[in-house]
Parts: sequence; C-alpha cells; structure tokens
Amino acid sequence: MNFDFSDDQRLLQDAVRSMLAENSTSQAVREVLEGRATYCAKVWRNLNEMGAATAALPEAYGGAGLGYLELCLVAEEAGRHLAAVPLSSSIYLAAEAVLRAGSEAQKQRWLPGIAQGEVIATAALGGSERYRAPQPLAFDGQRLDGTSPVLLDGAIAQLAILQVGTELILVDLNGPGVKRIALPTVDPTRPLAQIAFTATPAERLATADGAAVARRVLDGAAVLLAFEQVGGAARSLELARDYSLERKAFGRQIGSFQALKHKMADIYTRIELARAHAYYGAWALASDAPELPRAAAAARVAATRAFLFAAEEGIELHGGIGFTWEMDCHLYYRRARHLAQVIGSEHAWRARLADELIKEAA
Amino acid sequence: MDFKDTPEEAAFREEVRAWLAANGQRRTRADEMFGEGLDEAAKLARAKAWQAKKAAAGYAAITWPREAGGLGGTAMQQVIYQQEEAAYLVPQMIFEVSIGMGLPTVLRWAAPELKARFLRPGLAGEEIWCQLFSEPGAGSDTGAVRTRAVRDGDAWVVNGQKVWTSSAHFGDYGILLARTDWDKPKQEGLTMFIVDLKAPGVEIRPIHQMSGDSEFNEVFFTDVRIPDQYRLGPEGGGWKVMLSTLMQERLSVGGNLPTDLHEHLIELARTCTWDERPAIEDARVRARIADAYLDQQGVALIISRGLTALSKGKTPGPEMSITKLVAAKAMQDISSFAMELAGTEGLLGADALGGDWPYLQRLWLGSPGARIAGGTDEVLRNVIAERVLGLPGEVRTDRNVPFRDLDRA
Repeated sequence: MNFDFSDDQRLLQDAVRSMLAENSTSQAVREVLEGRATYCAKVWRNLNEMGAATAALPEAYGGAGLGYLELCLVAEEAGRHLAAVPLSSSIYLAAEAVLRAGSEAQKQRWLPGIAQGEVIATAALGGSERYRAPQPLAFDGQRLDGTSPVLLDGAIAQLAILQVGTELILVDLNGPGVKRIALPTVDPTRPLAQIAFTATPAERLATADGAAVARRVLDGAAVLLAFEQVGGAARSLELARDYSLERKAFGRQIGSFQALKHKMADIYTRIELARAHAYYGAWALASDAPELPRAAAAARVAATRAFLFAAEEGIELHGGIGFTWEMDCHLYYRRARHLAQVIGSEHAWRARLADELIKEAA
Repeated sequence: MDFKDTPEEAAFREEVRAWLAANGQRRTRADEMFGEGLDEAAKLARAKAWQAKKAAAGYAAITWPREAGGLGGTAMQQVIYQQEEAAYLVPQMIFEVSIGMGLPTVLRWAAPELKARFLRPGLAGEEIWCQLFSEPGAGSDTGAVRTRAVRDGDAWVVNGQKVWTSSAHFGDYGILLARTDWDKPKQEGLTMFIVDLKAPGVEIRPIHQMSGDSEFNEVFFTDVRIPDQYRLGPEGGGWKVMLSTLMQERLSVGGNLPTDLHEHLIELARTCTWDERPAIEDARVRARIADAYLDQQGVALIISRGLTALSKGKTPGPEMSITKLVAAKAMQDISSFAMELAGTEGLLGADALGGDWPYLQRLWLGSPGARIAGGTDEVLRNVIAERVLGLPGEVRTDRNVPFRDLDRA
C-alpha cells in the first residue's frame, strides 16, 4: 500500500508553498481583487519558471514532464494561497485539451508558449446549467460566430478552446472579429469574460471525438480543482483556529467553547474526507485508470462541500471581524464559491457520480 | 502512489493465504456468520479450537515478540492477516478484548511469573479476557470510577459495579480499574488489577440492548478478593496503565464500515418504485446513492492512508481519528435511507421482507450503539479539536479536588 505522495513530490510542494507564501500574499491577491491588476503576473511567472504550473506537460512541448501527481500538489498550494493566476484556465483546461485532442502541429504551435507562460489560454468545455439564453457558437470549418458567455480569464487569454456541438474548436483570440467584455465576478481574483466572435478564423482540434476529450479534460480538471479546494479549505480552518486561540470572550479563549471546537472538528472531518477522495482522484488521473470518472466526480463533490463549509463557517467562527473587508475570510468565501461552480455545480457532479456507481453495479 | 503490496508484504500475504486455505473455512455468502445454527456452548468450543490453531501458527499476536507467543511481525502484517481472514468464517468479538486489551496490558505490566501463567493460554483462546473500565457513573468520564478496592493484608477487597463488559458471560479474567484512594484527585486514586471472573462474589448479568441482542454485561463485585500479586502497575497508577491499554488502539486502522452499502442501495432502488417508476431513476435517490459512496469510500481511503503509514513503518496520522465518527453516522444514514426507499413497507420487520433486510435493519438498530461505543460522536469531536487542532481542553471543575469531595458534590 503506497497511497501517498513521494518525498520528491513533497519537496516540490514545499518549494511552491515557500514561493507562494512570499509572493501570493494577501496584499498581492488584493491587487487583483480591487482591480489594480488583472492577475498576479509575478506569481504566474514564478510558477512557470519553476516548472510547477507545467509539471504535467511533456518536456517535448516545453513542460517540466513530471506528472499529474506533482501538478496536484501545485494545485493544493495554489488553492491554499489563493493564487490569482490562470492556472486552471491555461493548464488544467486549455493545455490539456490541446495535448489530448490537438494534432502534432497544433501542439507544437501552442503548447510551448503556454508552458513558458507567454500564452495564456482558456477553454469552455461544457457545464449543463444555464441562466441566460445561449447564443450558440457556430463553426463552418474556417470561421467562428456567436458568443461564449462566461470564459475563465477570457479578458487576458490569447487562445481559447471551445466546445461547439461535439467538436473542439481552437481560436486565436488576437485574431479579427473578437470582441471581449470583461464581466464583474463574485470572486474578482478569478475573472470571467464574455467573448463575441464575428467570422473569426478558427480551426478544429484534430481529434474525432471532441465530446469525449472534453469529458476527460473536465474529469482531470475536477481532480486538480479538488486539490485547490482542499488547500483553500485547510487554510480557512487554520485561520479560524488561530483566531479562536487569540480572541477571548467571557473570560476564555473562544476556541475553548465546545460549540466552536465541534464546528472546527466537523470542518476538519470534511476536509480529510475530501483530501482522501482527492488523493484517489490523483491516483486515477496519474495512472489513467478506468476509475477516473468516478474518482473525479467524488473528489469534486467532496472537495466542493469541504471548501464551502470551511469558508462559510470560517467567517462565522471569526464573528464580526470576519465580516470586514480587511480580513481575508471573504477571499476564501469568494474563492470557494468560484471553485464550486467554475466547471459545473456540485449537483451535476453528484449526478455524474451516481451514474458511474449505478453503471458499475449493473 | 499505488495500492499494491511491497514484495515483502506480498510474500507474507501468500503465506497467510496458504495457511488459511489449509486450516480455515471460507465464507459462502458475504453475511454468513461463524457458528450459524450452533448453540452458545458449541459455538464457543469451535471458536476456541480455531484460536488455538491460529496461536500455534503465531497469527494470534503477529506484532508480539516470538518469545511472548507472537510472530515478531509488523503492524502491516497484522493488517494483511486481518484482510485475508475476512474471507473466512472465523469467530467475531470473542477474543478481540483478550488480544487487543487484556493480554497486552499483562504483557506490559505484569510480573514475569504472571506473564508465564496468562499469556499462552490467553493467546490460544483457552482463557478469555474482558475489560472492566466503564461504570454506570463513569462512561465518557472514565476517571470517575467508584468501584472500590481496599487493601486487606496481601489482598484487595473489591466492591462495586462495572457495565458494558463484552464477553463477560463466557469470560475468565478481566482487567479491572478500581479506586484505591478517595483522597487523591480522581485519576490519581485508581489502580489496575487482574480479576478472576469465576471468583466468589462476581455476578454477571447480561444487558438487554435496544437491538434485542445481548452482547454486553453488567458485572457486580461483592467482597471479591484479589491477591496483590494481581495488581498491574503501581498503586495509584491505574490511569496510566489504562492509557497504555487504550494506546493499543491507536495503531489499529480497521474500519468497521462496510464498503458496499451503496450497492445494497442500488439493488433496493432497482426493486422499489417511487411515483410508479423504478426508484433508481429518481434524482433524489441517485443523489443519496452518491452520498453513501462518498462517506464509505472516504473512510476506506483514509484507512488506506493509515495503512500506507504502517507499511512505511510510521504511525498513522491524525486523520485516522475521524474514521469512527464518519463511519458510525454513515451506517445510520445509509440504513435509514434504505428503509425509506420502501416507504411504508420499509416499516415491516426484516423477517417479513427477506432479502437484504435482516442485514440492513441490523445496521439501523446497531448504529446508535456504534455512535457511542469507543467514544461518543461528541467525545470524538473533542479529541479531534484538542489533539489534532490544538484547541484548549474543556474547563474542568474536577482537577486537583480529592475524589471524595467530588463524589459528595
């Protein structure tokens, strides 16, 4: 039984943690939160230079060629430190889609730029919930028309991979006929944009089955996002725990009250359950196991619940001070909400988990 | 990262498999119980015969040194044995306290001649051990025991009552926590003894549980004499001895939550109808099937993390402390939802329904006990909060107060 990360993988995690502790500070994240920056450029540059963001990208395309287990630990640290960078858009989604569905020429054209951090990329690969009436994308084999309504990091991305029907379409966002509108978001540290296309030159990714690749990429992203969620949840709990040891009321540390202790024990419990599912997802992702759809869905649901719970109760545990702009509690509250919905909600993933379980029990 | 044995573990697993195949009887159904259809005496005799074979092969106490009757093996080997034995019809809950608590305490604290007297027959199942800590007035607060041991020459005279003692009705010896000094604070006035459960003055009464079963007993002591030689550890050192007994459990990583409960739900949901359609097609039902899996697989995966630590010769991490808390409540939630699937018909007794129902209703009626035994949900939350998260202990009014004064209050 070896259900854990290796010492070498932990060393990489420690290095990423140190770098982020120094650079992805509350102050740096607030630069983005308060609109003075579109993302933390220095953090993004460091993650790329360290080979952390590109841990799972093959060396042939400029990546570090380590593997998905390493990338999972990078994700955990990014979540813990609220890294305001296009890691999920560029790496978990777009690079993965190009890697899995692109022709050799498409991979050579785009992946090295992504790996160097010069090209920020993004992807829209599904998500079943809708509020506004969609303006469907149409692709005639050469040109793209229509609107992608909520594209992660869409305002800063140069490349987008979009699912149109069952096809995956690659579009250079610096090309003609692209109109970007940056949208306000509940977590401004992870921006979304609407992008309208008018006869924009685009091309198909080479794969025959774009929908299957999209599904596979989303499963991988679910695992990686689960690590971000576990990292963010663990940090939320630490902040609440530390505050409860410092703050006194009724002549005692508030952390000595059983109502608070039990709440924190429950948060810890949910985090550890989520972590266990995330590790299983990491194993399935790294070994390309047939269990990946089930493991990814379970990791997504457990980690979404854990981070939401930790962030919501983290504010509650702080009391009034936790409701202020100056405290970081709301940064975790916002990020937990962002991560909960950025690739489809907990409900959709729970239904997918049930589908997998029922299929297996056939 | 993988779920495979190391080469050494795989070799040990093969040895165990060969031994079990030569000596044991495989289960034919998942819920088949050891000694089905036998009366208590015959079942006990068969259980003792199995334990004797197991001890002779060294598998009764794998982690113990060879000179004490063990195999000198690792905690991981112990787990591998348990994993393999689970496929066989072997006695449950008869020797667990002997092997897990009674005998390790004797091994650690008793004089050499007592070890020579008790360890071998205990491991071989010839003598069965019980644990006598809890009392009607000392449950979660074990330090509040009131069973009294008074020195009389070379012996101690014991009066009082213990409760929730498993195996006592067929047990031979017990480790008994008694109060020997009422003027010291509660935990400092306790002493641990070996007690002969067949001695005059020991009376054992079964407890009738809410499930209808009787797995536990009350044990009454009236002027029971225990030779001072049977004292384990120093006078007044009983609390420390008890903690050493309970420490044995820290290395145990066995979860008691089955990992296939969601499959029972799926099977039932295929049979039951909701709104005249198969319940399995209903989104509410599917969501609960997913939830069942999330809890039980989560516990199983945390146990895999614990096993990984054991496999590397380390102590399992603090995350192990949540497994019982999650497992017991999950057992209650999942079995309750199974019953809800059948609506009003789910209220019928298991005998009227057949199928999986005896099993599911046993889980439902057993789960409240599982949430209490070995630490209530609330005590476990305190343990997690204090030992894992480093939060302050409870405000105590019983520290540094002579127990005599607490007892009056």
